[in-house]
Amino acid sequence: MEKIISAKVYFTVWAALMCLTVTTAAVSYVDLGQFSIVVALLIASIKGSLVVLFFMHVKYLNVKTTLLVILAGFFWLAILLLMTMTDYITRAWS
Amino acid sequence: MASASTITAEREHYLNADYGFRSWLLTTDHKRIALLYLISITFFFFIGGFFALLIRLELLTPQGDLVQADTYNKLFSMHGQVMIFFFLIPAVPAVLGNFLVPMMIGAKDLAFPRINLLSWYLFIVGGGVMLYTILTGGVDTGWTFYVPLSTAYLGTHVVLAAVSIFIAGFSSILTGLNFIVTIHRMRAPGMTWGRMPLFLWSNYATAIIQVLGTPVLAITLALVGLERMFHLGVFNPQLGGDPLLFQHLFWFYSHPAVYIMILPGMGVVSEIIPCFSRKRVFGYEFVALASIGIAVLGFLVWAHHMFVAGISVYSAMVFSFFSYLVAVPSAIKVFNWTATMYKGKIYYSTPMLYAMGFIGLFTMGGMTGLFLASLGVDVHVTDTYFVVAHFHYIMVGGMVMAYLAGMHFWWPKITGRMYPEAWGKLAALTIFIGFNLTFFPQFILGWTGMPRRYHAYTPEFQVLNVLSTAGSTVLAVGYLLPMVYFLWSLRYGKEAGDNPWGAAGLEWKTASPPPTYNFEETPVVTWEAYNYDELPEEVPVVG
Amino acid sequence: MSDSSQALATHELRHHFEDMEQQRDASSMGMWVFLITEIMFFGGMFMAYLLYRYEYFVAWQEGSQHMNFWIGTINTAVLICSSLTMVLAVLAIQQGRRRLTSVMLAATVCFAIAFMVLKGMEYHEHWLAHEFPGSAFHFAGIDTRHVEMFFVLYFVMTGFHALHVLIGIGLVSSMLYMNERGHFSADYHNPIENVGLYWHFVDLVWIYLYPLLYLIGHHHVG
Repeated sequence: MEKIISAKVYFTVWAALMCLTVTTAAVSYVDLGQFSIVVALLIASIKGSLVVLFFMHVKYLNVKTTLLVILAGFFWLAILLLMTMTDYITRAWS
Repeated sequence: MASASTITAEREHYLNADYGFRSWLLTTDHKRIALLYLISITFFFFIGGFFALLIRLELLTPQGDLVQADTYNKLFSMHGQVMIFFFLIPAVPAVLGNFLVPMMIGAKDLAFPRINLLSWYLFIVGGGVMLYTILTGGVDTGWTFYVPLSTAYLGTHVVLAAVSIFIAGFSSILTGLNFIVTIHRMRAPGMTWGRMPLFLWSNYATAIIQVLGTPVLAITLALVGLERMFHLGVFNPQLGGDPLLFQHLFWFYSHPAVYIMILPGMGVVSEIIPCFSRKRVFGYEFVALASIGIAVLGFLVWAHHMFVAGISVYSAMVFSFFSYLVAVPSAIKVFNWTATMYKGKIYYSTPMLYAMGFIGLFTMGGMTGLFLASLGVDVHVTDTYFVVAHFHYIMVGGMVMAYLAGMHFWWPKITGRMYPEAWGKLAALTIFIGFNLTFFPQFILGWTGMPRRYHAYTPEFQVLNVLSTAGSTVLAVGYLLPMVYFLWSLRYGKEAGDNPWGAAGLEWKTASPPPTYNFEETPVVTWEAYNYDELPEEVPVVG
Repeated sequence: MSDSSQALATHELRHHFEDMEQQRDASSMGMWVFLITEIMFFGGMFMAYLLYRYEYFVAWQEGSQHMNFWIGTINTAVLICSSLTMVLAVLAIQQGRRRLTSVMLAATVCFAIAFMVLKGMEYHEHWLAHEFPGSAFHFAGIDTRHVEMFFVLYFVMTGFHALHVLIGIGLVSSMLYMNERGHFSADYHNPIENVGLYWHFVDLVWIYLYPLLYLIGHHHVG
């Protein structure tokens, strides 16, 4: 049967998400040059992972197919973004 | 002994379980939904075919004298949109797939029967919008909707056409979603992945593409609509928008879409070849994995449609490389089908004739794809009739023949009747001849310089164009024949038993037509797929 | 697990499934597969964003500084809170606590409506500032054309996101309604879980939209 996660875990995750939101907002005022986007996406990905793992119960899955489905989704998104960008980025090479 | 027809009439099956419009229009039985799709896509096939005949009629003479240039643009646009989105994409998955996937895995229905019905209704609504678009003046963007032509320069029903395809796209997504969950979760006891018929592997691979690719088409069409209607110009050059971004997004779906169209056909061929060679499929695992390989690699090649559009040459080289690579799994399948036939006991039934025709014509179409994958050659032949011939060899010589192969093979299962075998063979031959006469000349036309999408051409191309048009009339006759004799067989066809072909597969272990819940008891599978070494060598019914 | 609860659960078994577990697994998987179609749907928009940010970064900075930082940040917090109440609703029904489930579902809807109200105020602000793309667009600053493109992407991305929030409001509300009718129990509540998955996905998209639209180039504020 399904595993029941305690409310405490959910509240902890919620608090982490709120803190990370404050963090990402604050950090945006710091000049990190080219790393601003990296840091912003990193924080967003941590927040996203918390939502996926805990709120969407992926950490407690019985069924591993779900993980395959999620990874496939992100992998295909990566194909779209990366292979298209290789066109634009390498145009300057010629 | 009671007459054959009364035996069928006495037994309850999915066709006579309930009567009346509501029992069909509100059905959740996958088999009935498959028939609803059959009627719908056949209707659109004839609409698309009608446009094709007008195109071929215009091209009889070098001058543009049948229709005006703008009208001609509408003809090939509507031909493409209807044939691709309302015939080829749904054809095998929504008709044969819907009917057979649950039966082949030993289930009572798909995972989500109501979503299956919704998927058909979305198809109908999308089709209705497309019909309305056609009747109120049509669209002339090409099936490819390139911007800024479609967003800024045309006064035709671009948004309507985009909406119709957007809706039909969701029909496709839901079918794919249903198949994926069904194949993962509803296999009968003992039906492991390694025991599944290859038709299931093909439809599974197709479903992956439907689910991951179609949403990108949806957003792309939505962006075109938003640009036309609300000046939200994502592709608008005046705001720095890039028309090539549209092409990247469009082809990201539309290239894998061709694999949505062909993979199910390959699945059909994988069922028919072993049956009429009375042999197991050679290299089952390779064929299964090749389907997945095609689905994955098919997503890495899209910009080969953009080689002359202005993309970076380095990027073009990468896409060219992957385009060569994606031919490998297809080639593996062709080798394995051929090896299956080698030293088999071959029966030249109608389905087998179509399947063999598929192998030959698909191979020709596929190999000409390699010509196009080569950057240098592509510069010469892109946007010519070479490309037109290439994709028609695959889509018509390949896919439509595979669809007809499947319809003939499973017709007895679906209806409980045999079609007349002699007429079947005649139609197959007519179609094969008509097809080659129509499209082989187009390779030569393209190679020698005739551009596509032109309604007028220089006189030296006329002879081949006349041949092509002549072929198209033969092809049209060939397509009409099955329409007639399939309908005839519903009333006068010989009663088929459970398994007229002596074929392997769970669907043949139940009655023809099947009961509503497919099987009297849930089957338990203890044998490998294509166990023809355990089945009778004789095919009980073949003309 | 009371008898009536189990009976209720079995009553929900659809005929083509072998048992409730298969039905549950299938419907969850169905929702996950649907969510990856949504990843690809939004993916097309992220692709456009990525390309133009790469090409017109200065305009992206300009545009981002004209976003309402506070509404954006508060809305992010609002959605996170709504995700919490949604998952607490699932927890509540897992424990068979129907009233608490309704309270949490209602709270989720309230947060979602708050998001939409704030978004509406924000759009209104942009409208008054002539920041809607089209003939009325007016931007006093550098690189106006490309800043207009930023706003095109802003409205398209947040617009489709808001549409999904709206659909989510409908879905969560219908879960609330069905729960009030006694439709769910500790043994049967799969639809609520699946709606929860959808809702968390909507939150997930916003988690990425927020920094990408609201947080570019703040350190350049002059």
